[in-house]
Amino acid sequence: MRSDDKYLEISHLTKVYPKPDGGEAVIVRDFDFAIAKGEFVCLIGHSGCGKSTVLSIAAGLLPPTEGGVLVDDKEIPGPGPDRGVVFQSPCLLPWMTAFDNVLLGVEVVKPLSTRAERAAIVTRYLERVGLAGAMHKQPSELSQGMRQRVGLARAFALDPKVLLLDEPFGMLDSLTRFELQEVLVDTWAADRKTALMVTHDVDEALFLADRIALMTNGPAARLGGVLDVPFPRPRTRAAVLEHPDYYVLREKLIAFLEEHAVSKAA
Amino acid sequence: MADAGFLELGGVCKGYGTGDARSEVLADIDLSVARGELVCIVGYSGAGKTTLVSMMAGLTAPDRGTITLAGKPVTGPGAERGVVFQNYSLLPWLTAFENVYLAVDQRFAEWPKEKKRAHATQHLALVNLAAARDKRPSELSGGMRQRVALARALAADPEVLLMDEPLSALDALTRATLQDEIARIWETSKKTIVLITNDVDEALLLADRIIPLSVGPAATFGPAIAVPIPRPRDRKSMNHDARFKAVRNEVIAYLLGPGRRRGEADRAAAPVALANASESGAEVAA
Repeated sequence: MRSDDKYLEISHLTKVYPKPDGGEAVIVRDFDFAIAKGEFVCLIGHSGCGKSTVLSIAAGLLPPTEGGVLVDDKEIPGPGPDRGVVFQSPCLLPWMTAFDNVLLGVEVVKPLSTRAERAAIVTRYLERVGLAGAMHKQPSELSQGMRQRVGLARAFALDPKVLLLDEPFGMLDSLTRFELQEVLVDTWAADRKTALMVTHDVDEALFLADRIALMTNGPAARLGGVLDVPFPRPRTRAAVLEHPDYYVLREKLIAFLEEHAVSKAA
Repeated sequence: MADAGFLELGGVCKGYGTGDARSEVLADIDLSVARGELVCIVGYSGAGKTTLVSMMAGLTAPDRGTITLAGKPVTGPGAERGVVFQNYSLLPWLTAFENVYLAVDQRFAEWPKEKKRAHATQHLALVNLAAARDKRPSELSGGMRQRVALARALAADPEVLLMDEPLSALDALTRATLQDEIARIWETSKKTIVLITNDVDEALLLADRIIPLSVGPAATFGPAIAVPIPRPRDRKSMNHDARFKAVRNEVIAYLLGPGRRRGEADRAAAPVALANASESGAEVAA
C-alpha cells in the first residue's frame, strides 16, 4: 500500500531514439520524480530540453524506452481519461460550440449520468474559467485566450486523477498569460487535482506550483534540482509578488536557466 | 528645451467605422518623449499598439490630436522615423546585405557607392550579422531576420526608432539575446526609441520609462513609470534590486488592475468584434 505522496510516480524514465547513422539520441535519462496527491508541480527547462517528452510519456502518448509511470499505484497502460491533458494548442473541434467540446469528454467518462447531470458539469467548469457568456460560441468566434480557457474547462470536467499541462499558455502574449494563470490557479484550487505542468516561464511556475522541478538541457536531460514554493494558498498575483521570497526564488530559477542555456545562434 | 518634447503626441484619438459600427481604438493619447530616451509602451494584444505605431510612423493619420517630431507635424512616412515590425518585412529575393543597402541607397542617394556599401556593412556588423551578409531571408532564423530589420532601420540613421513588438515572434532564449543587443545598440547610438511590447520584463530591461496601455476599446495610457535601475541591466541580478521589484510590481498591478478593468466596463456596454479579436489573439473577457 503506497502513501499519497507518490500519487504520480515517474520512475527511471529514459527515452532513446535510434539515429540514422546507427547511434542513439538520448532525450531523457533516468528521470525520477514523484508528485503527492493534490500537489501542483511545474517542470521547468528550456525549449527542446525534453520536458514535453516526459509529459507525453506520462500522458501515455509515447512509450518510454526504459522506466515507467505510475498513477495511484498502477502503471499506465496508455492514454486514458484518468489523466486530463492540456496542450499548447487547445485542439478544439471547430464545428462544435465551447459547450459541446467540453461535453464530448464528459459523455465518455460519465456514460451513466443523465443529460442534465452532464450539462451541469459542463456549465460549472465553463463558468469557472470565465466563459459563462460564451458557452455557445464556436472556436472561430473565440480569441486564442478564450479557446485555451475551453481547453482548461474540458480537462477539469473529466474529473481526472491527474492533470498534465504542456506549456498551455505558450502561444499567448505575456499579459493574456497572466490572466489565464489566474484562471488556472482558481479553477485548480476548487478541486486540487494532482497536476504536472511543463513551462519555461519562471513567473508562471512561481505563481502556480507547490514545487518546481528543474530540468537540465538535453541530450540526456535529467532532474537538475527541486525548488519548494512556500507561498500560501489561495494565491493572488499581488500577494505572491509581494512575498519576501518571490524575487529570491525568481533569481534562483533564472540563474539555473542561464547556466543551462545552450549557446545557439539567435 | 526642444529635447524634452522631441516626439510629442497630444490628445490623439483613432477609431474605425462610422455610426453604430464605429469602434474607438485609442482615446486621448498624450506622450512626450525626450531626445535620446528609450520609452517602452506595454499593453495587451489587440489594445491598439500597432495603430499607435502606425500613426507615429505616419502610415495612418489620427482622427483627432497632433503628432510632432522636433516641432514639425508628422503628416506621412519619413526617413527620420525608422520602423521595425514584428514580422521583419524583408524583401525575400535580396540578401541581408542588399536589404540593408536598399535603405542606405534611398536615404543617402548622393553618397558614393563605396561609402554606401561600407555603411551597410558596418550596420550588419553592429547587429552581429557580418558572417551572414550574403544569405537571403529564407536562409536566416527568425532572430537573424529581425537583426537584419534592425540593421536596416538603423542604417537609415533615423531620428527616432519605432519598434512594434520586435521580439514577440521569437523564442525565449533568442528574445533575451536580442534584448541585450537592443540595449547595447541604444547605449552606443543614443537614438530615441519607442518600443512597444506585451512583455513587462522586456520593458524593465530596456526602458527609461514604461507607459502602460489599458485594454481597448478606447485604450489609453496609464501613469508613466520611471525605471531608475542602473545600466547595463542584468536580468538575474536585477531580482535583488528593490527598485526593480517596486517598478515591476507597479506595472503588473496597473495592467492586471485598472488597466484591465477599464476595458471590461467598456466591453460590457459594447461587445467588440470577436472575429477580429481572435485574429489578433486578443483576450476578450466574457
